[in-house]
Amino acid sequence: MFAAPGAFARAAITALALCGAVQAQEITPPDVLVKNVTLEVVDLLRKDKDLQNDRKKVVALIETKVVPHFNFTSMTAGAVGNAWGKATPEQKTRLTDEFRTLMVRTYASSIAAYKDQKIDFRPLRAKPTDTEVTVHVRVVQAGAEPVKLDYDMEKTARGWKVWDVRIADISLTANYRTEFANIVRSSGIDGLVNALHAKNSGLQRAEPAASADRKK
Amino acid sequence: MTGTMAIGSAGRRVRVLLAALALGFASGCATTNGGDPRDPLEGFNRSMYGFNEAFDESIGRPVATAYKTAVPDPVRTWVRNFFANIDDLFIGVNNVLQGKIADGWTDWVRFAFNTTIGIAGINDVASEMGLEKHNEDFGQTFGRWGASDGAYLVWPLIGSSNVRDSAGLVLDSYFDPVRRHDPSGVRTFAVVLRATGKRADLLDASRILEEAALDKYVFQRDAYLQRRRGQIFDGNAPREPSSRMFREPRAETEPTPQATAPDVARLAKADQVLEAPAVPATGQGQP
Repeated sequence: MFAAPGAFARAAITALALCGAVQAQEITPPDVLVKNVTLEVVDLLRKDKDLQNDRKKVVALIETKVVPHFNFTSMTAGAVGNAWGKATPEQKTRLTDEFRTLMVRTYASSIAAYKDQKIDFRPLRAKPTDTEVTVHVRVVQAGAEPVKLDYDMEKTARGWKVWDVRIADISLTANYRTEFANIVRSSGIDGLVNALHAKNSGLQRAEPAASADRKK
Repeated sequence: MTGTMAIGSAGRRVRVLLAALALGFASGCATTNGGDPRDPLEGFNRSMYGFNEAFDESIGRPVATAYKTAVPDPVRTWVRNFFANIDDLFIGVNNVLQGKIADGWTDWVRFAFNTTIGIAGINDVASEMGLEKHNEDFGQTFGRWGASDGAYLVWPLIGSSNVRDSAGLVLDSYFDPVRRHDPSGVRTFAVVLRATGKRADLLDASRILEEAALDKYVFQRDAYLQRRRGQIFDGNAPREPSSRMFREPRAETEPTPQATAPDVARLAKADQVLEAPAVPATGQGQP
C-alpha cells in the first residue's frame, strides 16, 4: 500500500518540471527545455515561500510555465486507450479538457509538497535526428534512492512536447488506462467525461479551504 | 482530561476499524467485476484494501501526522537514515544475488561508511560521497531470476503485493535485522517507529494520490505493478507497447492547425545539435 504511492507521489512532488521559457525560432533541445522549465519553476518556489500554499497562484504558474510544453491530446489518448478511437471529435475535446484539468490539479498538489530536493539532470541519449526522446531527471533525497522522472517527448513544429511522464517507472498515462477503461465499459465515453468532470469539480469545491492539510 | 479523551477516541477508532473489516469481508467477497487477469482475487483484495484504508484513516495517518508535527525535521531524517542504513545490508545481498556485484559492493561500502562516519547510520554520508543508494529486495531478486508476478494481492497493513513479492517478503522480514533484534521491547519500538516514519514520509504522497485517482484501488494497484516491473529491470524494462500505441498520428495532435507537417519540421531541424553521447547513467552499472 505504501510503496507504490510513495514513489508515485514523492516523485510527483517534482514532476512539476517542464516549461519552455523562450520560444524563439530555434527549437530548444528537449533536455535543455526540461532543465530550463524545471529550474525556472523551482527558482520561483524558492524565491516566494508563500507561493506553495497559494493554490491559485500555483495553478497559474503551471498554466503559463508548464502546460505549453505538454501535448495533452496525446496524453489523453494514451490514458483513454482503446476507446479513444471510438470517441467523436467533440468527446475527444471534452476528455482532453477534463484530463488536462486533472493533471494541472495533481501537479499543483505536487508542487505544494516540494522541499528543496536536489534535482539531477541526466545527459540526453539521442541522435540529433531523433524526433522521439526520453529526458531523464532524478530527484535526490536523503535516506532513499533517487526518484526517477522520465519525460517522453516528441518533436513537433511548435517545439518539443511531452506526451507521457513516468514517475519512478510509473507511466501516468498507462496508470489511468485501466481505471478509464472500466468506466468506459460501464458507462461509455460520456460516462468517463462525466466522471472526470465530477472529480475535477469536487477538487474545485475543496479549493477555497486551500490549507495544506487535507480534509476528509 | 485529554488523556481520557484520547483513549476514548482510540477505542472508538478500533471499533470503527473492526466494523470496516467485517463490512469489507462481507461486501468484498461478493463483488468481482471487470475481471482484470492480473487481479483474479479482486474481491478479497478490495476488502483488504478497505481494511487498510480504514486502519490508515483511524490510526496510521493520525499517528504519522502527530509524529511529523512533534518530531523536528532533522530528527526524522536521522530516524529515516538509521533504518535505511540497516536496509543497505540486504540490499547488497540482493544485488549480489542478481549478479550486480558492483552495486552490491557499493551498498556494503555505504553501510560501512554510514555506520561509522555517519554515526550508526543516522547521517547518510555515503550519498554525499556519491555512493548512490539502491532499492532491492527478495521479490525483485526472484523477478530478476525470471519469476512472474503471479496474482496481485493486498495484505492487511502491508498493502500491495503479489505472489512473487509475498514470497520475497517472507525472506525480507526473516532476515530483517530490526525484527531479529533481541530485547523484544526495543524490537517492537523500532518496528513501530520505522513504520510511523515511513507513513509520515508518505503523507504528501497519499494526499496527491487522493487527488489524482478516480478509483484509488485500481490506481494504486496499477502503480504498484508498474513500479515493481521498473524496479526488477532497474528502469530498463521493455516499454509496455500500449503507451505508444494509443497516440494519435502527430499531425492530428498538433496544437495548431498550421503545424501539420512534422516531417518537414524534422528535416528542417535535422542539423540541430543535440547532446548525443551514449553516456550510461552513472553509478548504475549493469553487469
